[in-house]
Amino acid sequence: MRTATPAERPGFAWAAPALLFFGLFGLAPVVVVVYLSLTAWNGLGSPQWVGLDNWRALPGDRDVGRGLAVTLTLTALCWATQTPLALAFGTWAAGHQRARAVASAVFFLPLLLSTAAIALIWKALLDPNFGLPSQVGPWIGLPDGNVLGNSSLALYAIVLILLWQFLPFHMLLYQAAARQIPRSLYEAAELDGASPFRRFWHITVPQLRHTVIASSVLILVGSMTYFETVLLLTNGGPGNATRILPLHMYNQGFIAFEMGYASAIAVLLVVIGTGLSLLVVRVTGYARMTSQREGM
Amino acid sequence: MRSTHRIRVIGGTSLALAMLLATGCGTTGPGDGDAFQVWALEDAAVNELVEAGIESYNASGDVPAELVTYVNDSYKQRLQVALGSPNAPDVFFNWGGGNLSQYVDAGQAVDLTDDLEAHPDFRDAFLPSVLDVARIDDAHYGVPILGVQPVVLFHNRAVFEEAGIEPPETYDELLDAVDTFQERGVTPITLPGAQGWTQLMWFSYLVERVGGAEKFQAVIDGEADAWSDPAVVEAMEMCQDLTERGAFGTNFSSIDYDNGSASALLATGESAMFLMGTWDIARQQQDSPDFMASGDLGYTAFPAVEGGEGEPGAIVGNPSNYFSVNADSPHTEAAVDFLVETFASDEYVDGLIEAGQVPAVVGVEDRLRESEHADFATFTHQLVSEAPSFTQSWDQALSPSASQALLTNLQLLFLGDITPEEFSQDMEQYL
Repeated sequence: MRTATPAERPGFAWAAPALLFFGLFGLAPVVVVVYLSLTAWNGLGSPQWVGLDNWRALPGDRDVGRGLAVTLTLTALCWATQTPLALAFGTWAAGHQRARAVASAVFFLPLLLSTAAIALIWKALLDPNFGLPSQVGPWIGLPDGNVLGNSSLALYAIVLILLWQFLPFHMLLYQAAARQIPRSLYEAAELDGASPFRRFWHITVPQLRHTVIASSVLILVGSMTYFETVLLLTNGGPGNATRILPLHMYNQGFIAFEMGYASAIAVLLVVIGTGLSLLVVRVTGYARMTSQREGM
Repeated sequence: MRSTHRIRVIGGTSLALAMLLATGCGTTGPGDGDAFQVWALEDAAVNELVEAGIESYNASGDVPAELVTYVNDSYKQRLQVALGSPNAPDVFFNWGGGNLSQYVDAGQAVDLTDDLEAHPDFRDAFLPSVLDVARIDDAHYGVPILGVQPVVLFHNRAVFEEAGIEPPETYDELLDAVDTFQERGVTPITLPGAQGWTQLMWFSYLVERVGGAEKFQAVIDGEADAWSDPAVVEAMEMCQDLTERGAFGTNFSSIDYDNGSASALLATGESAMFLMGTWDIARQQQDSPDFMASGDLGYTAFPAVEGGEGEPGAIVGNPSNYFSVNADSPHTEAAVDFLVETFASDEYVDGLIEAGQVPAVVGVEDRLRESEHADFATFTHQLVSEAPSFTQSWDQALSPSASQALLTNLQLLFLGDITPEEFSQDMEQYL
């Protein structure tokens, strides 16, 4: 019996279970959705073939263009808030400060809550008459506490809630990675008289490069298809101010029962999401998979 | 050796998972057994009544019935997927109107017209305006099973007394009241505008009063330019005028009905009026029992609009919910017998009244007078009995896709993000 050495590629059998599940739950549904996007179907009876009708309707749909813009804004804001904060907090949590363990445990709490619970808690917290805005609002220029009903503030509120919810997870990634950075690098820099900031900027950040990329891909693709919090918190409102594309897809499919059209939006989302992650992987050179760690 | 062990573990796990998946699918469907299935929404008080009806029916019927209940949110999706599959119900709960017509169009609902003809006592027991909501293309497809729920204008009597004014009977009086309350620092009208269907109540009543019931009928019939009708456009302008006057305050689009905050605003006197379905009284009873006990919850019909074409007594709201019979069911006859035997029976109607509902049945005035909220129940029953027309909530009467677009456009209209013309133009594509 020979054992696989790191240089050898493992046999097909190793990948079979993963491939099977990916095929069954990843690829097969996509194929079905592509087929459905060429049909008209309200869930009753059988789908009627309509060719490219659904695809032709996409550009004329006010909510698709808008939804895409809102989705991309949300994605960009999520990345821009979550990445730097997770990097900072994660590196801090990797240290050996006294209050670290307790503070980290508090930070990690949102990770344990279900998304639905988080959305409902925040919805109650943000009630204009009985929630936080009624107390805090007058101090921050919102005397009527109108947050979720304000076309521009609603999206920022969602970004903040997503930040609160997902920061711990990305923190965890950075914490683990920061702990793997060899101490010798810091010791050498210290001998050379590098300040703590320079040590962070010239050692920690470059050493965490792959973690930044992995975490960014997760944030970008995750926010792209993000949906539950928005559904429960604003349901795309007020009006269509926070109607992200995945929510538009859900509304078309399961509220309006236009399954064919919803499938066309779904395919669009798959293409955009895949394209985005491929782009990130290519631009950052993550695909080359070279180790950054000293001596490996 | 270690690697072979791992392969075996992985292989074994995936095989076990695959077997789980294979056995997980393909459970046998209900309805094809010995009992027929009745699908309804979870609603403790009403479920008990239906259950009692089923029990008394099962004592005599050939095929026993069985009640299955679902939570509101996922019910429509669930039914949509189940109908036409082997897991379909035999009798299903629905909203009549556009919701039911989808199932009729798909050939999934049994035509009950002949059965109603054969049982005239049963047919005539119901208020005709309510029974007709389940009439599609001149055939009946549903039997009303719940109480009527028209939309009425609630108000806080104490707040009106303090301001020294009477509840508005006309639209001009309503506008005066709006100004009065604004001066007094009270939000004139609560509007839970986070949900478009609450704005729809204002819009549909204004269309009704300004143009009459036939304006919305034209939309249902798909007549060209029905959304651009002058009366419809005028109603939109009135909605925007109300918003600009500050009738709903400034933060209405953050207010949510489901979490009870809108009803609480009326109960605490922070707002003076609230246009809502009669079901809100159950919520007030539960959340603000002191307010209910004080007798300060007032109610009137929606104000008349001077010079409008519509009749002042016409109402908008939810006429009822309905039970329809699945055309694929092997037990259609038994299911129809069950409906005829149960839903106009004295036991069932009395039970509804006891549960605080106002049944869609004629001649129950005396029994309503003895019920818990006798005044309100009598008011509601009278309102519905005397109404020249009872327009079903538009979002239920229209197709799901049109109603979804309507609710979004309404939110945008109330936010001032679109003009009435843009509204009409966008809605024309659904005619």
